[in-house]
Amino acid sequence: MNLHEYQAKKLLADYGVPIPKGKVTSSPEEAEIIKKEISGKAIIKAQIHSGGRGKSGGVKLISSSEDAYDSAKTILGSNLITYQTGPKGLPVNNVLVEEATNIDKEIYLSVFIDNDLGVPIVITSTQGGVEIEEIAKNSPEKIFKTICSPLVGLSPYKLRDISMSLSIPPSEISHMEKIMGSIYKLFIEKDCTLIEINPLVITSDNKIVAVDAKINIDDDALFRHPDLQELNDPTQQEVLEKRASDFDLSYVKLEGGKIGCMVNGAGLAMATMDITKWAGENPANFLDIGGSASEKKIKEAFKIIDDDPDVEIILVNLFAGIARADVVANGIVKAGKETQSTTPIVVTMRGTNSEQGLSILKNSELDITSVEDLASAAKILKNKLSNTE
Amino acid sequence: MSILVGNDTKLLVQGLGRDGSFQTSRMLDYGTNIVAAVHPRRQGLYFEEKVPYFSSVTEAVDRTGANTGIIFVPAPFAMDAIIEQIDAGIDLIICITEGIPIHDMIKVKAYLKGTDSKLIGPNCPGIITPKSRTKIGIIPGNIVRPGNIGVVSRSGTLTYEAIAQLVKNGYGQSTCIGIGGDPIHGISFTDTLKLFEQDEETKAIVLIGEIGGSKEQEAAAFIKSNVSKPVVAAIAGQTAPPGKRMGHAGAIVTGKLGLASEKNKALENAGAHLVESPAYIGEKIKQILS
Repeated sequence: MNLHEYQAKKLLADYGVPIPKGKVTSSPEEAEIIKKEISGKAIIKAQIHSGGRGKSGGVKLISSSEDAYDSAKTILGSNLITYQTGPKGLPVNNVLVEEATNIDKEIYLSVFIDNDLGVPIVITSTQGGVEIEEIAKNSPEKIFKTICSPLVGLSPYKLRDISMSLSIPPSEISHMEKIMGSIYKLFIEKDCTLIEINPLVITSDNKIVAVDAKINIDDDALFRHPDLQELNDPTQQEVLEKRASDFDLSYVKLEGGKIGCMVNGAGLAMATMDITKWAGENPANFLDIGGSASEKKIKEAFKIIDDDPDVEIILVNLFAGIARADVVANGIVKAGKETQSTTPIVVTMRGTNSEQGLSILKNSELDITSVEDLASAAKILKNKLSNTE
Repeated sequence: MSILVGNDTKLLVQGLGRDGSFQTSRMLDYGTNIVAAVHPRRQGLYFEEKVPYFSSVTEAVDRTGANTGIIFVPAPFAMDAIIEQIDAGIDLIICITEGIPIHDMIKVKAYLKGTDSKLIGPNCPGIITPKSRTKIGIIPGNIVRPGNIGVVSRSGTLTYEAIAQLVKNGYGQSTCIGIGGDPIHGISFTDTLKLFEQDEETKAIVLIGEIGGSKEQEAAAFIKSNVSKPVVAAIAGQTAPPGKRMGHAGAIVTGKLGLASEKNKALENAGAHLVESPAYIGEKIKQILS
């Protein structure tokens, strides 16, 4: 789960990490009031689940409360398109208005889990303010990597090493150690998969402030963080993906494809997507219906695929182990009946109760072509595609 | 011979809820030697009148000599179950559970180091050896046949797909093993390749990878210098865009190495036989072995 910048900053502040003075709001009027409480210049920042906001007009420097009102009015309610959002962009429902920070020095900091080593890693650099990929490319020697132990944590000597590497004023080193320690503690205690603070600023009067913040939380650990669950913002999800997540379906909308895929198991779902490519098209989605999906869940899954305007053919690939093919077939038939679907469906069904499942599908009103395996499915798909052209 | 499990396997089962009980019945049906079930409140009872319950793993091991353990325990409690099995000295732990928090798994990984226990999974379908009729996990027993192909995969149902293709082309399996779809997991491709290379019964290997991470590249490096047997490889997720998680927690392209094309290239350079489509795994094996 991604957090908004303002939510990430609130968490950091809870752990004692200094953040700029400011507030989040959904109204231009309130933005104006917030600015009045800030002396000097302020920054207004669009709150969306994406980076690259600055380059796409989502971050503005403001010097008056009228400015705050005007900027908030322009940004709020708009769809911000960045290099990460795709062509549709993401809706801006909130803006963060906060005091501008006098920057003396910008530091890059991130904490994440290295999947190959299986340990948390802290990355720091004196080249803050630019993206880490750029630092890695242009000045890799300026990247300081600290490997942490899942059992021991981030040892005090490592905190010292990190702080020393940042060439900050000696008076700030112990303060920096404390802040780094707090960030690591937050990473562990809140089951984060990423904390990125870029930049962590040393101000002209030698204070340390987190000026931007990105935090991702492990979805699998949300069960032990009811407080964090509430921070989920469904408006930042694609519409069909939102519907899928309401039914606990693992679904990803893919741009530019025409073949809707309905599969059990993530690996098989990816392989099925790849088959569409081999047949000369692209997949419209990834969908794993999971092991023991109910008829209700299957119904919704089918409707989500069929409601996707890009989808021209649906490919169902079921290898039922835990899942039961008859339950899946019933779900598809009922959904198709309710929506009076006319979309052609190519089906391969194997495993538990697959004969029953196939006969349920064949006896329905739906446009079903059933094939015995993935290779035949690809061939049928190829034929159907060449017929429609 | 098979790898990791076989005639010497004495299995202990932990996590006998609805799904765990169902799967345990299937394992018994297949012929798996299950010696103990662990449940804190069922001491003195029997699972299906055959398998004695014990209240802790250590007690079960002391009384039955169990050397292999399977875990169906729900995700919030799975870390504790794995640690309990490590502490009890179980040699091979197979964790089926999906959705274990990644912070729990990095602790498990660190805890495993320096012990003699091996972990398969989590978020995996387990392991099956048709000849010894040992099924530990959820791979359907009716789709496999005894034979000489070793199968290793990060996926569940895609493994079944590959097995079905092998059988259709007339090839049985020595051992099939799913190493799991999570980014942090126990036994790796490389560990498994090493075992298949040493296993006399295995004549060829099917390796099924997917996008995300760099474990396939690690496997490729190992194949190049250490594997003499033919390896057929398939990578799922050629059509997956970067930055999007494809179901499995580990199936997300976050860097260049995570791309299917990069993995294909590494495996091809290592001398593995790549399939152009995941529908042709069986045919590829036939082509190479006949």
